[in-house]
Amino acid sequence: MATDFTLNGKPASFDGDPETPLLYVLRDHLGLTGTKYGCGIAQCGACTVHLDGKNRRSCVTPVSMVSGRQVTTIEGVAGKEAEAVHNAWVAIDVPQCGFCQSGQVMSAIGLLRIKKKPSDSDIDAAMAGNICRCATYVRIRQAIHDAAHALEA
Amino acid sequence: MKAGALALGAAALTLGIAIAGQAREQKVEGLRPVSAFAGIADPGARSVAIFTEMGKVIQHPRCVNCHPRTDRPLQGDAQLPHDPPVSRGPADRGMAGLECGTCHGPRNVAFANGKGSVPGHPEWHAAPIAMAWEGKTLGQICQQIKDRKRNGGKSLDQIAEHNAHDSLVGWGWNPGPGRTPVPGTQAQFGELTRAWVASGAKCPAG
Ligand code: FES
Ligand code: FES
Repeated sequence: MATDFTLNGKPASFDGDPETPLLYVLRDHLGLTGTKYGCGIAQCGACTVHLDGKNRRSCVTPVSMVSGRQVTTIEGVAGKEAEAVHNAWVAIDVPQCGFCQSGQVMSAIGLLRIKKKPSDSDIDAAMAGNICRCATYVRIRQAIHDAAHALEA
Repeated sequence: MKAGALALGAAALTLGIAIAGQAREQKVEGLRPVSAFAGIADPGARSVAIFTEMGKVIQHPRCVNCHPRTDRPLQGDAQLPHDPPVSRGPADRGMAGLECGTCHGPRNVAFANGKGSVPGHPEWHAAPIAMAWEGKTLGQICQQIKDRKRNGGKSLDQIAEHNAHDSLVGWGWNPGPGRTPVPGTQAQFGELTRAWVASGAKCPAG
């Protein structure tokens, strides 16, 4: 039976094994390769998407779990938090190689939707599951503060 | 897709092996039934002996790992700190942006690329700090379980019911591929708890 869900605001469907990770469906079947495969076991955060608006690791999300729900990826994420994070990221050139960054950006947006003015420790706690091999952590934290300030203004 | 199907096939195979392994371990590491304690004439001594048997479940890593004494749960039989480094947060369900539900879903999910699984349950969360068991003796845990201020306001009968039927407690016997289940069955654990309560709910010393 096909799994139907909403992907970036549009209807989407996957007709295959319902245990297939959402990450594989996004990348291999629906052609949305912005969401990255890092570890496949919920250890790195590269595969972070939003499920009904909240951060979710798509590598450990069987597609059956998103049936009837809203999935948002880096390609479709929108709204004031997304815009603020995008601008803040560009302003200080957060990425180095970039591989982890779509996951970082999705996690940062997910955080700012819940916590408008996160402290350093709020940021560290929220981003603890997003690993960056290039160690851009200091810029990530700065950009999240910058985005929060921009949202306040 | 072929690689994905292969990976899933491998995961299914692992699951089969894991289940076979669990069955073997349960035989070795079972729980003694309530009847095994009938020969202890003194009710207080019987009660302590029954709780000590319950301790095989209570002090198992599957249970203690989510009853941490710090804000960070533990993982695995080696009881290492949870990785990624999560924190219990204000409602024991994680921190804003990295909640338990960021990775844990309503059921165990086998990894698609190898052995193991991410555990899950609809109510997946850490036990409140008042219910911390990590690093405590069985006697201390016993006193804690009886103390309404530290047991979620439960009567002893409610504790027995909780141990017998709560499905998050029950997860311990169904922890998913890659994890050792707690010994025995939840039904046995429930019966032991009822017998412990009926015999006066006495705690081991220390
Ligand atoms: S790919 Fe999902 S957390 Fe690493
Ligand atoms: S920018 Fe290279 S891994 Fe994060």
